[in-house]
Amino acid sequence: MNPEDIKRPENKVYSRPELLCDVSMHYCPGCSHGVVHKLVAEVLKEMGVEHNCIAVAPVGCAVFAYNYIGVDWIEAAHGRAPAVATGAKRLNPDRLVFTYQGDGDLAAIGTAETIHAANRGENITIIFINNAIYGMTGGQMAPTTLEGQKTATTPYGRRVDLNGYPLKISNLLAQLDGTCYVTRQSVHTPAAVRKAKAAIRHAFESSYSGHGTSVVEIVSTCNSGWKMSPAKANEWMVEHMFEAYPIGDLKNTVEK
Amino acid sequence: MAKISGAVEINRERCKGCNLCVVACPVDVLSLQPKEVNDRGYHFAYAAYPDKCIGCASCALVCPDSCIEVYRVVEK
Repeated sequence: MNPEDIKRPENKVYSRPELLCDVSMHYCPGCSHGVVHKLVAEVLKEMGVEHNCIAVAPVGCAVFAYNYIGVDWIEAAHGRAPAVATGAKRLNPDRLVFTYQGDGDLAAIGTAETIHAANRGENITIIFINNAIYGMTGGQMAPTTLEGQKTATTPYGRRVDLNGYPLKISNLLAQLDGTCYVTRQSVHTPAAVRKAKAAIRHAFESSYSGHGTSVVEIVSTCNSGWKMSPAKANEWMVEHMFEAYPIGDLKNTVEK
Repeated sequence: MAKISGAVEINRERCKGCNLCVVACPVDVLSLQPKEVNDRGYHFAYAAYPDKCIGCASCALVCPDSCIEVYRVVEK
């Protein structure tokens, strides 16, 4: 069949999510943020909550997330997104409130806010993008940086005796009684993208229905910070990141 | 047996040439333009072998810039 005959509206099986604004994203080529933005936009639309949703943007690469997903956003100070989301959710209990944070935001400067929001069991969802590096500022070491990983501030690799161990914050959050669903996903293959979408949907539904805090960690790549091509970065992630951050549900108290 | 044919529509100006769709395609339809670039200077992806496309949408799922639309028909 001629491709031009196939390209008819009735044959369309995949298109850009409606909720994603029609602008070009500022992310580097191959950045996982774009895929996660797309999944969040798709899930919010499918749940029909796009007019009843408050999102909190972080500081980091995803700081401009409010330009890309067409819902109401609040910009929080660095690391304080769970605290801002707590206020938004308590004043608007009928809204779906979620934060979108990177690892420098959530696991470094915002550790206190994150842990206490989760421990209080606030009915918010935390989307946590873990790329093991400070991407926006030029690839410095983050708490989540792997042992031996080379970054701008650890040019000979992260040393445990000097810099400590990689922080597995999702495992920590799964220990808290306030969390209802903690999962770790990735978006490097089509199958992983589908699973991540299902996880994001379950997390939104769990917190929206009042079961507590839900956390979706997306193990992702930062090909610019890691100084690799996007495809190579995915391979590196599978080889090294999944060892320290294995994919799967860490806690689930709400039936899917 | 029903034959499945697909087609992809790539927004060439949005594409940043990250190559992830090329890697994800199970039937090697896509490729990056070897010489041509878009307005921003990226070697954008295009369907090098459009006849092979099965419309599985793997490329669109992994595309970080959401610039791929997928069409599929099942011929009986």
